[in-house]
Amino acid sequence: MDRFRMIFQYFQSNSESVMNGICGLLALASVKMYTSFDFSCPCLPHYNTVYGLGIMFIPPIILFLCGLILNRQSLVMLEEWRRPQGRRKKDPAVIRYLCSSIMQRAMVAPVVWIVVTLLDGKCLICAFSSSMDPEKFVGFANASTAQVQQLLAKVACKDDELMRNSTTRKAVSRYLRCCSQALGWSILLILIIAAFLARWLQPCFNQAALLQARHWSNYIDIEQKIFEETCCEHSRLFAHKCILHFFESMRQEIKLHSFSLPREEEGAEEEKDLLRGITDQDQVNKLLKTWYCEKPPLDVSQAAQRHPLVPERCPLPWADSPSTHSKFPQHTNV
Amino acid sequence: MDKFRMIFQFFQSNQESFMNGICGIMALASTQMYSAFDFNCPCLPRYNLAYGLGILLVPPFILFLLGFVLNNNISMLAEEWRRPQGQRGKDPAVLRYMFCSMAQRAMIAPAVWVSVTLLDGKCITCAFCTSVPVETLGNASHPRLSQREIQRVLARIPCRDIYNGQELIANEVAVRYLRCISQALGWCFVLLMTMLAFLVRSLRPCFSQAAFLKSRYWSHYIDIERKLFDETCAEHARSFAKVCIQQFFESMSADLVATRCHLPRKAPADAGEAAEKLLGITDRGTMNMALKSWHRCKPPLNLHPAALPTGNGWAGEGQPPTHPSAPRRETAAYYSCV
Repeated sequence: MDRFRMIFQYFQSNSESVMNGICGLLALASVKMYTSFDFSCPCLPHYNTVYGLGIMFIPPIILFLCGLILNRQSLVMLEEWRRPQGRRKKDPAVIRYLCSSIMQRAMVAPVVWIVVTLLDGKCLICAFSSSMDPEKFVGFANASTAQVQQLLAKVACKDDELMRNSTTRKAVSRYLRCCSQALGWSILLILIIAAFLARWLQPCFNQAALLQARHWSNYIDIEQKIFEETCCEHSRLFAHKCILHFFESMRQEIKLHSFSLPREEEGAEEEKDLLRGITDQDQVNKLLKTWYCEKPPLDVSQAAQRHPLVPERCPLPWADSPSTHSKFPQHTNV
Repeated sequence: MDKFRMIFQFFQSNQESFMNGICGIMALASTQMYSAFDFNCPCLPRYNLAYGLGILLVPPFILFLLGFVLNNNISMLAEEWRRPQGQRGKDPAVLRYMFCSMAQRAMIAPAVWVSVTLLDGKCITCAFCTSVPVETLGNASHPRLSQREIQRVLARIPCRDIYNGQELIANEVAVRYLRCISQALGWCFVLLMTMLAFLVRSLRPCFSQAAFLKSRYWSHYIDIERKLFDETCAEHARSFAKVCIQQFFESMSADLVATRCHLPRKAPADAGEAAEKLLGITDRGTMNMALKSWHRCKPPLNLHPAALPTGNGWAGEGQPPTHPSAPRRETAAYYSCV
């Protein structure tokens, strides 16, 4: 009982901490992905914007979807939402709670990516260098429009031969990086303030309903886990019974057809029990072949009614099957 | 019972996490393989495409097959698929479930390879460098060069040290362009795969959840049944071997009695267990004969029913054997080997 309770508590706390762990791992993975990704701006007039904004927004979508996929609770929520009502009413508050908790956790990694991207600055420099106003920067004053566009597009490529030592490139780059970092820090600040307020003000609104929703969502989660566990245990017992039943049937058949009764001694030893009446190479081969060719039916209710010492009353499961008739001549050769 | 349940749950959860672990290891192995692989573009007009696309597509295929090979359940699936129906009907839904779950796990490493390859950019740069739009990116005003010459020059783009077309199109410009395309393709591929995975996972509870639970239960059942059967057979084999060897020693001991014409029980009853375990073999010559006999003529795989229940008595003690010919046959065989 105590052990059961300990396992229970482990499950309960484990679910939340597992999810928080996954959330944290995804955030770390997003930082690692960004640092290992070789950002290479195309430095061509229209491609820059697409590339820069693509790198800023597509990986967050991917990370968000990953966050939803890896979270076990999303399946639990979907099942609860889509199940037929039956005899258990559905509580929309529970589903809403689950949904919001899943979304919050899934949003962490994308936000981390966007903030890291902005603080680093490369994406914004690449995306918006072509949109800069050339008059603000001295070096481009006497170039034609097309040339200016080309030059601005190459700002992000430090190693380009035209731009290597250009002070204008450095100026534009610094300006854009400053904007990008300011944007990054502002977003971070706003999000943290929002999280802080949400957490602080939460107890002021409807705390009781929240406690109920949280309790029942945990309950649904645990119930699902225990159901899966019970099914596993059941299938193990089922398999065990099925196999024992199979060995017993083989023993019956051998008894019927080999005209030698194994001694049912009073103090039957362990070895004999384990041998289950199969004491011969041919018998073992027959058993293995029968196991493959004719698996026993998935029905262990007969095992409870069977009396092993009275074979004639309980018919063998496959006694009437035509395939077994062909086996008899082989068996008597043993 | 509790202990059994805990061990069993560990095993059950372990099987799934074991499979997921193998999946993760293969994904890591594929990134490691890619970084360890020394990519060497041939820089020749038609070879580039074949090499680039080959590196992009052939290793994923290998990894996919490897994913199936390393999965233990593939033999289980094959067995369930090919077994005769007998008394147990076959459920195609269970077979489909097993196949799908194996295929999903096997798809991860190839997808990782393709994404890493595309995001890195070398393959696409190598494969498509001859298709770079020279008119927009470079100086198209090179009338002296024929089409073939241009192709040959462009094919050298990935090989910086032998590139000689700087006037035609700058190497960095072309490489940046191709890499940008490659990375865009890579991210789109990853997005597509993730969306597919998300749809598959989230649409399943909306349709056929009951059928899914059924298939999952029975596929676990088949797995567990197979393992339990193997265990039971192993137990049986152990007992069989033990009794077979015991009978061998007993028959040796009986033969010794027959040849030497004296009772093996020289010692009084208080010699105890040690004397019993010696099974009548008490000197070097006899032991050597026993070992030789074991090597030269192993006993038949047939445990005498009469000898099964009791301990190490003679074969002739108590009830008469039901197969009177069998022990004699064995004795004759023993003599002929000696």
